[in-house]
Amino acid sequence: MNSRHDKFSDKIINLPPSGIRKFFELIIGGDDIISLGVGEPDFPTPWQIREEAWYYLERGHTSYTSNWGLLALREEIARYLTKFGLVYNPQTEILITIGVSEAIDIVLRAILNPGDEIIICEPCYVSYQPLAKICDAQLISFDTSKTDFYPTAEALEKIITPQTKALMLCTPSNPTGRMIPRDELEKIAELVKQHNLWVLADEIYCELVYDGKQHCSIGSLPGMKDYTITLNGFSKAFAMTGWRIGYMCCPADLMEQVHKLHQYSAICAPIISQYGAIEGLRHSASEVEKMRLSYQQRRNLMRKGLTEIGLQVVQPDGAFYMFVDIRDIKFDGRLCNSEEFAVKLLEEYRVAVVPGSVFGVGGEGFVRCCYATEINKLKIALKRIGELVAQ
Amino acid sequence: MKEILNLLQNDARLSAQDIADLTNKSVAEVQAIIKRLEADGVILKYTAIINSEKLEQGINKKDKCQAVIEVQITTERGYGFDVVAERIYRFPQVKSLYLMSGSYDLQVIIEGESLKEIAFFVAGKLATLSGVKSTKTHFILKTYKENDVIYVDAKKDIREGVSA
Repeated sequence: MNSRHDKFSDKIINLPPSGIRKFFELIIGGDDIISLGVGEPDFPTPWQIREEAWYYLERGHTSYTSNWGLLALREEIARYLTKFGLVYNPQTEILITIGVSEAIDIVLRAILNPGDEIIICEPCYVSYQPLAKICDAQLISFDTSKTDFYPTAEALEKIITPQTKALMLCTPSNPTGRMIPRDELEKIAELVKQHNLWVLADEIYCELVYDGKQHCSIGSLPGMKDYTITLNGFSKAFAMTGWRIGYMCCPADLMEQVHKLHQYSAICAPIISQYGAIEGLRHSASEVEKMRLSYQQRRNLMRKGLTEIGLQVVQPDGAFYMFVDIRDIKFDGRLCNSEEFAVKLLEEYRVAVVPGSVFGVGGEGFVRCCYATEINKLKIALKRIGELVAQ
Repeated sequence: MKEILNLLQNDARLSAQDIADLTNKSVAEVQAIIKRLEADGVILKYTAIINSEKLEQGINKKDKCQAVIEVQITTERGYGFDVVAERIYRFPQVKSLYLMSGSYDLQVIIEGESLKEIAFFVAGKLATLSGVKSTKTHFILKTYKENDVIYVDAKKDIREGVSA
């Protein structure tokens, strides 16, 4: 019989809350705190996108859209993705979602059976493990810290078993900014095909790559389309985090399954956000480039500042994060962990960063700094971090 | 070089050190580039952008006044646009001067202490210049944006900042 003792789902009770969020509740109310914690652009959405959305709002475009999302948007996305060598049919292979987050949730539920193994390259964004966990999948954490913070085919091969169903990748990576080099992706692609895996490619940071590097989509490699789920969105490059709009692309047979979940749980992404996104793809390339350059400049400043303080950083090729090595830092003669470092930095030096431990295996010993903050604040933050390190 | 110019255009007070840090160049390299840009006249000067409406609220109560003037010109051989333009832009009251396509030739932006002063300048100096056929004066009522700078709202970080 039902009782008050089991009023919640055991599965959900056992699901840990996001470590980032837990940490950020400490910040509220601290005015002089400089936050390098939030993973979002410090630019508002480019004006023409906001203006376009406003126009549609004024004209009363406030309805649902097709579950798939507006066809015009899917067509723009199909066109846009060809620049990465990805070819998707806007009618059957592209779905507009409530950000990449929803896409990850529904696609995992559509591919994983209880007991299936999913390899997650960690440290990684905080939603991958819990969302796979509620599918009763076996999580296989792959520690990329041993291979310079990107997965190698050689190391992956050792943990693939007949139960392995999927591989989760993110390049450029949150929280490290690391990119998987093309030649390594090619080797990983061979493994994926050989073992018949699904590869989930979170490419939300694909526009934010620096020093002339080129983003490589695994789905564009020969024969990979049938094995790839490409996840992307507008939050980061177009500075549209609050619009909650993303998309996923995959073969039509998988899409049929995913589509059911999307239809029941989300219906569709907000129509206004969809109109904004169309405008973004049509006319915002120069704005995106301006923002990218500004992140690159701030990355340079941060990397140099941190190095001068004596801290090593994981080579940040893209995104707007820096994964800072704090393994040599001692408090009272004892090596500290990333959470202790972050708490001390926040409480005594008023700078918020995220402890690496929240990003899974391989994250301990590091903290994530997001440098999407104005230059003067970055300089103060560097000074404060320097004071903590010197102490 | 373009990157350095863009940075300076946005904030001329950035030090060579800052620019070096942002662009991944050495300080000496940045200093050399800036020096060359200055010598070549690419960088003409460094100024402050002043919101005079804010100034008026303070001690300096002087009411500055600006107008856009459309000027039509008759040119003659040896007495072209550039000659007339030079005679106009040498007046210190003239803030900007452009040669235009369309229904008039020169656009003059002028600043004075009062409406009267501007009227006097237009009637006494500008309209009587040889080559000037007609003038049409429009007074500026409010500045919203000038040279990329928005005058009406203060920029601040308004991110809510929770999860991702």
